[in-house]
Amino acid sequence: MEHPIQTDYLRWIVLLPLIGAALNGLLGAQLQKRVGKWLISIIACAPVVIAFGISAAAFLKLKALEPEERFLIDHVYPWLHVGSLSVDVSFWVDPLSAVMILVVTGIGGLIHIYSTGYMHDDRSYWRFFAFLNLFTFSMLLLVLADSMLLMFIGWEGVGLCSYALIGFWYHDHVNTRAGNKAFIVNRVGDFGFILGIFLIFWTLDAQGHATLAFREITKNAALLQGQMLWGVPVATLATLFLFLGATGKSAQIPLYVWLPDAMQGPTPVSALIHAATMVTAGVYMIARLNAVFSLAPETLHVVAAIGAATALGAATIALTQNDIKRVLAYSTISQLGYMFLAAGVAAYAAGVFHLMTHAFFKACLFLGSGSVIHAMGGEQDMRKMGGLKKYMPWTFWTFTISVLAIAGVPGLAGFFSKDEILWQAFSSEHGSPWLWLVGVVCAGLTAFYMFRQLFMTFFGECRADHHTKEHLHESPKVMTLPLAVLAVGAIAAGYIGLPAVFGPNFFGHWLEPVLGGGHEEHASAALELGLMLVSIGVAALGILLAYLMYYKKTLSPDVFASLAGGVFYRLFDRKYYVDELYQKVFVGGALKLAAIGVWIDTNIIDGMVNGTARLTVFVSWLNGLFDNYVIDGMVNAVADLTYWSGGKFRKVQTGSINGYLYVILGAVVVAIIIKLRYAG
Amino acid sequence: MTEHVLTYMTFFPLAGMIAVLLLPSSKPNLIRWTSVVFTIPPLLLGIWLYRAFDPNNPGLQFTEQVPWIPTYNIQYFIGVDGISISMVLLTALLSFICIFASWGIEKGVKGYFALFLLLDTGMMGVFVALDFFLFYIFWELMLLPMYFLIGIWGGPRREYAAIKFFLYTLFGSVLMLLAILALYFTSDPHTFDMTVLIKQGASYSTTPLGIWPFDSLHLRWGFQHIVWLALFVGFAIKIPAFPFHTWLPDAHVEAPTAISVILAGILLKMGTYGILRINYPMLPQATADLAYVFLGALGTWNIIYGALCAMAQKDFKKLVAYSSVSHMGYVMLGMASFTPQGINGALLQMFNHGTITGMLFLMVGVIYDRAHHRDIEGFGGLAAVMPVYTGISALAIFASMGLPGLSGFISEVLVLLGTWQKYPVLTVFAATGVILTAGYLLWTVQRVYLGMTNEKYKLMPEINTRELFTMIPLGIIVIIVGVYPTVVLDLLRASLTQLNQVIIPHLG
Repeated sequence: MEHPIQTDYLRWIVLLPLIGAALNGLLGAQLQKRVGKWLISIIACAPVVIAFGISAAAFLKLKALEPEERFLIDHVYPWLHVGSLSVDVSFWVDPLSAVMILVVTGIGGLIHIYSTGYMHDDRSYWRFFAFLNLFTFSMLLLVLADSMLLMFIGWEGVGLCSYALIGFWYHDHVNTRAGNKAFIVNRVGDFGFILGIFLIFWTLDAQGHATLAFREITKNAALLQGQMLWGVPVATLATLFLFLGATGKSAQIPLYVWLPDAMQGPTPVSALIHAATMVTAGVYMIARLNAVFSLAPETLHVVAAIGAATALGAATIALTQNDIKRVLAYSTISQLGYMFLAAGVAAYAAGVFHLMTHAFFKACLFLGSGSVIHAMGGEQDMRKMGGLKKYMPWTFWTFTISVLAIAGVPGLAGFFSKDEILWQAFSSEHGSPWLWLVGVVCAGLTAFYMFRQLFMTFFGECRADHHTKEHLHESPKVMTLPLAVLAVGAIAAGYIGLPAVFGPNFFGHWLEPVLGGGHEEHASAALELGLMLVSIGVAALGILLAYLMYYKKTLSPDVFASLAGGVFYRLFDRKYYVDELYQKVFVGGALKLAAIGVWIDTNIIDGMVNGTARLTVFVSWLNGLFDNYVIDGMVNAVADLTYWSGGKFRKVQTGSINGYLYVILGAVVVAIIIKLRYAG
Repeated sequence: MTEHVLTYMTFFPLAGMIAVLLLPSSKPNLIRWTSVVFTIPPLLLGIWLYRAFDPNNPGLQFTEQVPWIPTYNIQYFIGVDGISISMVLLTALLSFICIFASWGIEKGVKGYFALFLLLDTGMMGVFVALDFFLFYIFWELMLLPMYFLIGIWGGPRREYAAIKFFLYTLFGSVLMLLAILALYFTSDPHTFDMTVLIKQGASYSTTPLGIWPFDSLHLRWGFQHIVWLALFVGFAIKIPAFPFHTWLPDAHVEAPTAISVILAGILLKMGTYGILRINYPMLPQATADLAYVFLGALGTWNIIYGALCAMAQKDFKKLVAYSSVSHMGYVMLGMASFTPQGINGALLQMFNHGTITGMLFLMVGVIYDRAHHRDIEGFGGLAAVMPVYTGISALAIFASMGLPGLSGFISEVLVLLGTWQKYPVLTVFAATGVILTAGYLLWTVQRVYLGMTNEKYKLMPEINTRELFTMIPLGIIVIIVGVYPTVVLDLLRASLTQLNQVIIPHLG
């Protein structure tokens, strides 16, 4: 680990999609008009496919190294050096990021190819692919970043692309509002993330190890211990800040509200961004910083509790949804909850394992639903579907495989990864039977609502109108082929991480240098098997109920809907009224504050300014009066007095010499008399 | 030539003014092109200056010092260092761009361009002046053309706006003049030379004056603090810091596009520049004592308050004006931190805000010229009609939002990072600004650019070449600084490190 291998090709994994985005973004409109959509498709897909090739090469290179030396770095250029802060643009591949780039470029590549079919008739074809490539670039930047600040760039970048693609069809304000909601809710998370970065940076800086590089943070994480801020241990506070960021990006309570609305975007976007890759960024971040999170048991408890609560809450909402994509959206939130549950019991590898398997089956489910929507002419309401299996066999079979996988049917990917999480939730030192119980209940709910979806969409009578029915068709090869590949992944991906009782866990071993060893103490193989059987039983029960309600229709869903006077049904159906609450408190509150600010400006500050002006005018007016009447009055009075006395005295000045002489004589006589009388 | 580069940069526009005045007013295009010709040399010299400037030298460079009015020891003393160089470059660039942005002015073309060029000289002079008297002359020189440019070429309420701007600024100028005189008369021998005054800086009295209400505030309100505050109010009006900010929305709304760009891009920076250039090194103890309240807390308040007010605006230009109030708050906050990250971030934010807000005002100008109103609700769906315009507007708006990869992010994150070490609580409050900013900007994007196209504007012509020419250079800078911030940060570092060293010993 001390001397990582320098390379100069990792940068291309990140840069190629950026080049694709730039080409299509700047020239796409012209190219599409003059040359054709095929060129746009090549510009968009080739970089991702090549990036997958490079990622695979990097993976093989890592694999050839000793486990503790599995570390490649590509230093590109110095970026931000101010004071003790020094952050470079450099990319690194270690076992954890290797898994992520394979998922992002692999599944991302398939979704790009699928999209060339799905989006084929869209006027803004070029714009779609420019953003899809920009997203891939940002996601790879997030994953490969060797420091927290560089990761943050990718983190916000994926948010931007998510915003732009949710609102892709911007003519409709339903879409643009969903985009705004996604961005702003994520900004709340980003607020936490960035504060977490600051806190870690300065705490390490105070200990003489200023750094934001993950490797350095991991190495020096112990220095965070014993430090306090605001009476809280720094490790706890920092990880809580970071976790707030994770709840935004990964749609956990309290910031999950944007993800269901994000389904307004084109379906490949839902598959790539809102199921397979971006929404897992929070899990990845926690895994990346596991050394810090492990120092904060309080935070881990919060993470586990929030994960479990989200898994349960979202699963209950999914029970009642009728929009084919909304069911999948809540299912995604719920599955992400599982991943956080794993992270919260310090079973990071189990979380990442579920992240990977989930990427396969959920991407397949979304793309399958996209195929259905495509065939149904844009219809998303499952109540108007049904019986589609005979019209679209490829879509049906791949969808079914993925449903089996997510429902936790033994032998498929979802079973292994979910079971690993449940086992860890039960047996880990941070775990508890309660967390396990919530997980198992969710597994049952998941099996139920996924099979409900399967039955409503593909089985029974087709409930579409005549016109739609006539146009029902299987999607083109370019769409079904990616489905098939993903379905294979949904089966096979589980076998690289078998439970300890069955065999070697390659996946866990692969991640061990980064995430530490799992809990291999083998509490009891019998216990593990027993718990496994319970979760299989619960899943089977869920499937059975769905079968009776939506296939056989011998059991009416109303029986459950009207439980407790329908309170639960209404709560689930209205999503616990959280949207309404947030709208009122946060959006309404901000607007209220804004209005207060403007009121202060116009009435108080400008009131004072204008008041001062008016006062000045008034004072000048008074001043004028004073000038006119008092000062000028006095001046005039003096003038008048002078004039008057002048008039009086004028009479004295007669101009006659005799008169003057008499006056002088008289005065002299008077003076002499006075002199004589008083001098003596 | 090279030793007088700053003089040339400052007075070329003045020569341009004289040239414009000599031209017949019947030939508006000749006047316009003459103005272009006289703003190109400062821009080219600016590029040369950028290359010739030694970033490792924290001191003043390219100085020129000659006696001017020896009786009062007044000099013609100019120069640049890391604190002013980015502002000098920004002034040269925006002045050039704004000539093109003024192309549509039809009324009194001669007068407009003459005043504009005079303004240009005034602005450049403020950033290079190192003699207090000279500084004050340039400061006032810039005020006058601004008054007329708003008052004659402005919108319907131009007279109210112009007088409000003038009185606010004049009020600040008077306080500033008093402070300058106070410093002049306490220096021995009397001098206006800033470098000399800075050397005396630490010796200014901080002994409490015993005057109500200062002594009752339990602060060390000495001579230094009073002078600091007088200067601060003068500068705060320019920034504009709450509660001296209400001239800004009015002035912006009424001013022609190019003048708004200059106002937000350069004039606002003079406030924070003045504080860095004068308050900090000359009155270090007062700076250390007062920065938390008057720059840190007030800056945070600016960020949040400006963002909230922006959210409530219905006028597009007023919204951008209030966003400036919010973004200048980051500058104040970063300055108050006295960490390398905070103070470098603050100065970088000044530069970035100049380019980003310049773009935002140009962006509003484009649709104002076409629709003759700025009512946010009155547009809608422009993306479908004007895709290129929407693209470049999005760049400006996301830069303003501090999106990583663009310049605004670098400066905001440096400011917040730098502030966290000193004032974590303020940082938490200030960081909520990023949420509010996203809120009001995205809401605006939605209302103006997205949705169904407003029937009235179905045929709105796309942004033209001239308009693109004004925005693209700024857009390129926004991207370059975001990806490779070293291009600007390297210029600032040495001088700011030195400045920081002056204050740090005085921090309690």
